[in-house]
Amino acid sequence: MAGHQNLVEQFEQSLLAVDPLEAERLLTAASHAVLPMQLIDEVVAPALERIGDKWERGEVALSQVYMSGRICESLVDKLLPPGSPARSHRPKLAIVVLEDFHFLGKNLVKSALRASGFDPMDWGHATVDELVNRVRAEGVEVLLISTLMLPSALKIKELRAQLSAAGLPVKLVVGGAPFRFDPQLWREVGADACGQNALEAIEIVRGLLKSAENGRAQP
Amino acid sequence: MTSLQRLMTTMGHQEPDRVPFVISVTMQGARELGLSIEEYYSKAEHIVEGQWRMFAKYRHDALNPTFYGALEMEAWGSPTLFRTDGPPNAGPPLVNHLDEIMKLVPPKVEESPRLQEALKAIRLMKARAGDAIPLLGVVISPFSAPIMQLGFDLYLQLLCERPELFARLMAVNEEFCVAWANAQLAAGATAIAYADPASSTTIVTREMYLKTGWQVAKRTIARIHGGVATHFASGNCLPILGDVAQTGTVAVGVSALEDLAAIKVACRGKLAVMGNLNAIAMRHWTPVQAVAEVKAALAKAGPGGGYVLSDNHGEIPWQVPDEILLVIADAVHTWGRYPLDWIQQEGAA
Repeated sequence: MAGHQNLVEQFEQSLLAVDPLEAERLLTAASHAVLPMQLIDEVVAPALERIGDKWERGEVALSQVYMSGRICESLVDKLLPPGSPARSHRPKLAIVVLEDFHFLGKNLVKSALRASGFDPMDWGHATVDELVNRVRAEGVEVLLISTLMLPSALKIKELRAQLSAAGLPVKLVVGGAPFRFDPQLWREVGADACGQNALEAIEIVRGLLKSAENGRAQP
Repeated sequence: MTSLQRLMTTMGHQEPDRVPFVISVTMQGARELGLSIEEYYSKAEHIVEGQWRMFAKYRHDALNPTFYGALEMEAWGSPTLFRTDGPPNAGPPLVNHLDEIMKLVPPKVEESPRLQEALKAIRLMKARAGDAIPLLGVVISPFSAPIMQLGFDLYLQLLCERPELFARLMAVNEEFCVAWANAQLAAGATAIAYADPASSTTIVTREMYLKTGWQVAKRTIARIHGGVATHFASGNCLPILGDVAQTGTVAVGVSALEDLAAIKVACRGKLAVMGNLNAIAMRHWTPVQAVAEVKAALAKAGPGGGYVLSDNHGEIPWQVPDEILLVIADAVHTWGRYPLDWIQQEGAA
């Protein structure tokens, strides 16, 4: 697949045009020659990354980013059905909105994660107490938290304290508007990392996965 | 100069006696009165007293009779979720399937007890303030209201996939928005803030804006019987400022993430600029930093008038210390007096 820049560009254009049929046609044609995971890594993920970069530069609309993620999520579900052994089941991921009803950020990141071959559990929205119980019950290793409102973002501090008190070693990855306006906030609330957009969130999850694998490989 | 004269002069792109200062203290009135945020918003009299006390305390240039954004959704039939440490939030979306848009009917202002309470607050405040102090009413733009009506996800699907339903939703929302804005003006509001974050280039491209939010804004603002200032509520707008100026709005509220100097250049002579102190980061500013932030904003946008010092979002978070708001107020009263000669002097030093 190396050198298939043209395919990435065509696929990106089909996503930006919100043309799921063309996106599927391009991916299906390429899928005869390569493994699904390779297709995801070398076509889907780079196309989403380019779209994310363009949004950061104000060149595409958030609606296009969102619809691109949804189209890719659906296509990747066909290539690698949920539960497929080829999907990345480590780290064990969950994604949630803390306290409020602003789901867009969570759904953007969830789509991008699923389109990149991860299999996050979607916990909708939850309170601090509910999250502590679910992290314990499900043995989640990485919890991605989206917030839109500053008071919700500040609640992460309370969540971190309760998780620590319960001895739960989950990594917290946070994102959302308050973190874009206050670059110190994620450290203040005790998060392990902050993603400014969906693609950054994926890079962080990959980094955490790599660290965990390196840790396990150590004698 | 009175606060109204000060604001009108700067809106006319002239230098008044001092840079006008509009600090978006809304729910802080509850703290002034020793009430919970929910109790505070339960009665018009609380808003009037809270705003009046804060006007004396912060010495700013406008009264803000606004309740909260989710108030409009209450008129549509959606509940509001109150919390003890932040602004009330709209509850779950009103519309869960796009086809439900066909059944939406704009609520009547006169039939909504909560909107009537907000109008009562404006009338009481106007009786107390007279004509010297501006009262800023607020509406959510028809293009941005669907974020609360549908939830952001469903709204983005609507924008991309169902143009006929989008047109229907805008028609319904425009009727409500115009009626609500004009009711506030009739009650005594001096001008209307048109909150339109969905039109920001953070959310849509310029191309999409010109086909959607821009058309909606032009139609809506033309039917509002008073001055309108567009607020992007932390969203970016620099690439569309020339277009925004053609919607009939007279001022624009801008984000802390954009260069205020570049915005002032783009707006000069066309739109007054309001902003752009970072209300989120303000929570941990030191007094020294607060003065520096005020001076930096004044230096970038103050010369020549056409500028109102304000925050970037239209709402100061509950967690911002009172001490910092008072330092900001002192700083604009000290450094905001025209002519702003200190800018050149400090630049030369």
